[in-house]
Amino acid sequence: MSDGAFGLSPGEPPATRPPPAIAAPGVVGWLRANLFRTWYDTLLTLAVLYVLWLVVPDVVRWALGDAVWSGEAAACRAAGGACWAFVAEKWRFILFGTFPADQHWRPTLAMLLTMGVLLASADRRFWGPRLLVLWAVGLGAAWLLMAGGLFGLSPVPTELWGGLPLTLGLSVVGLAVAFPLGVLLALGRTSALPVLRVLSTAYIELIRGVPLVSVLFMASVMIPLFLPTGVSIDKLLRAQIGLILFAAAYLAEVVRGGLQAIPKGQVEAASALGLGYWQRQRLIILPQALSLVIPPLVNTFIGFFKDTSLVIIIGLLDLLSTAKAALTDPAWRGFYKEAYLFVGVIYFLFCYALSRYSRYLETSLSKGRRR
Amino acid sequence: MSAPPRNRLNPNDPRVRALLWQALVLGLVALGTWYLASNTMANVARLGVASGYGFLGREAGFQIGETLVAYGPQDPYARAFLVGVLNTLKVAGIGIVLATILGTVVGIARLSRNFLVNRLAAGYVEALRNVPLLLQLFLWYGVLTEGLPGPRQALEPLPGLFLSNRGLKLPGPADDPTWSWVAAAFGLGVLLALAATAWNKGRQARTGKRLPLLPITLGLLLGLPGLVMLAFGGAALDMPVLKGFNFQGGVTLTPELAALLFGLVTYTAAFIAEIVRSGIQAVGHGQTEAALALGLSRGRVLRLVVLPQALRVIIPPTTSQFLNLTKNSSLAVAIGYPDFVSVANTTINQTGQAVEGVAAIMAVFLAVSLSLSALMNWYNRRIALVDR
Repeated sequence: MSDGAFGLSPGEPPATRPPPAIAAPGVVGWLRANLFRTWYDTLLTLAVLYVLWLVVPDVVRWALGDAVWSGEAAACRAAGGACWAFVAEKWRFILFGTFPADQHWRPTLAMLLTMGVLLASADRRFWGPRLLVLWAVGLGAAWLLMAGGLFGLSPVPTELWGGLPLTLGLSVVGLAVAFPLGVLLALGRTSALPVLRVLSTAYIELIRGVPLVSVLFMASVMIPLFLPTGVSIDKLLRAQIGLILFAAAYLAEVVRGGLQAIPKGQVEAASALGLGYWQRQRLIILPQALSLVIPPLVNTFIGFFKDTSLVIIIGLLDLLSTAKAALTDPAWRGFYKEAYLFVGVIYFLFCYALSRYSRYLETSLSKGRRR
Repeated sequence: MSAPPRNRLNPNDPRVRALLWQALVLGLVALGTWYLASNTMANVARLGVASGYGFLGREAGFQIGETLVAYGPQDPYARAFLVGVLNTLKVAGIGIVLATILGTVVGIARLSRNFLVNRLAAGYVEALRNVPLLLQLFLWYGVLTEGLPGPRQALEPLPGLFLSNRGLKLPGPADDPTWSWVAAAFGLGVLLALAATAWNKGRQARTGKRLPLLPITLGLLLGLPGLVMLAFGGAALDMPVLKGFNFQGGVTLTPELAALLFGLVTYTAAFIAEIVRSGIQAVGHGQTEAALALGLSRGRVLRLVVLPQALRVIIPPTTSQFLNLTKNSSLAVAIGYPDFVSVANTTINQTGQAVEGVAAIMAVFLAVSLSLSALMNWYNRRIALVDR
């Protein structure tokens, strides 16, 4: 048997191969590679272009061409485009809610302080015990600015707080308290002590099994019942407690993932060195476990930031509620698209920035582990 | 040197300490629970609110806009709860199916080599994931109620399909015996398709030959009912007709349900798309190349080699998305769709029995979550890699 099955038979001329494909350079080459590679690719591109051609001009005309940027509602209704005049008229209310108008510099400053603290926490060079001090000072000052009552600042009750400062405050304070709670719950769930394990597991699974709406309902209607007669706490604090209880369970599960990824040898080596439980956790286990789960933690933060919008259901005036409340002004009825787009863009900027940050951390933290 | 005296309660003994710690925590939790419970009892007694689930038998007295089972205001609270649970399950069920389909399509589009398609899919995912679901629900609800014309000027994108601020009206099956025969034919089709699948499996094991199952199944599922309908000379449809200020007849999708479903599906699909994309990317390229080298067609490579491996990565996170969708359906309360949370909320307001109402909400969602995750875990075990 000849080797014909595998190679060319000797008499046959060598097959002429097509010359190696040269990627066409420039715009044409890019178009061919990315849009018109095959016949069905071309078909798909044309279909998408057709749909875009149907939709985009109308949207652009609505958002820019026919839009009204300032003036009264009547001008908006006549033009038929987007009514950005509504946002121009209501942006202060949407951002600050019912906070006294002449005092708007205070929530502005408080938000800047909070964001400064967040930005400092985002920089890996600052990571360490110093951050705790920064958080305590920064958030304390922000609280003082909002509540007033000291240094000649007029007191503003929490019922008047609203808009973006409220959303930011609920998320930042909520996470600051829920995070240590979540770590404790995760340690409890992975603990060797059966009572702690059962209690933590039951708590985490109960909270994760029910919707946030029901936790908020519970916080708003049941906390007053839980307290001794005559004691009452305000609505903002109740919502904050509900959010913390909720976030702690989710954070605990993320932290547990990190704890389970640490090899057992680490615990054993630490015990062999004579470290006690808390020393082991604080010096050996948690630093490794937490740095493993930072990207999913940031994703949980994003989810929590969005979830604070649910406080509208128990009647707090957060960023989404102020937008909804601005729409009830009879003079400006019906400009819901503009209101929700405006608020949506604010939420988007925060969440998108956080998610980019989580992606940056993912690459920069995995450098040491990559081979 | 004599051995140290054995002290049974030595605090340095790790076992004793473990017991002490547990006793301490248990004691604190019990004390806290007792404190909260006694306060609650005192407050409830002071406010003169009844306790227990006795109210379930009393007349509810409120109307519910959408029901799957017959319900009227004179029915008891228990019946209202049932209506709420069914409405929640309806939204969750339809939502999960649609979100899975849309999410898979967007996830695959994200991997497309076509620049336009993958950029559009990426934009969709980023835009929807980074904006609160509640905001999206408000926006869609606004579009469906304020953005659409009244019934008299209803849009009619397809004949018989009307879009107005009263919701979406579709032609439905009329009261006609033909439909029961069609349904029976469909049931028969399902049975025959299952039988064909089983027979094909045995035949493939014996001879290595496969039946063209897809056309056979489609033929049985669609063809049989179609043939029955032809045999009866068509079945009557109940067309929506404009009468006075609103439509009569047909099937209605209310704006509340439509906004809730649309919002939940598009939002959850963005998350599922990312899961599908990373799942497919997690399957090594060598797997595809090896399968192609064995002579499998591209379709079979996807179906027999890539997808089974990708599914193992995809199923667990998708399960938690299904659970999220189910829990998020409780946002219905914000746009007025009568799901269980909204019914329970009305009940709390009417009876003042907050503890019982909140407990009922938690119990229902826990039950739904646990059964859904049990189902998905069973499926996950079925497709998991078999360790030998």
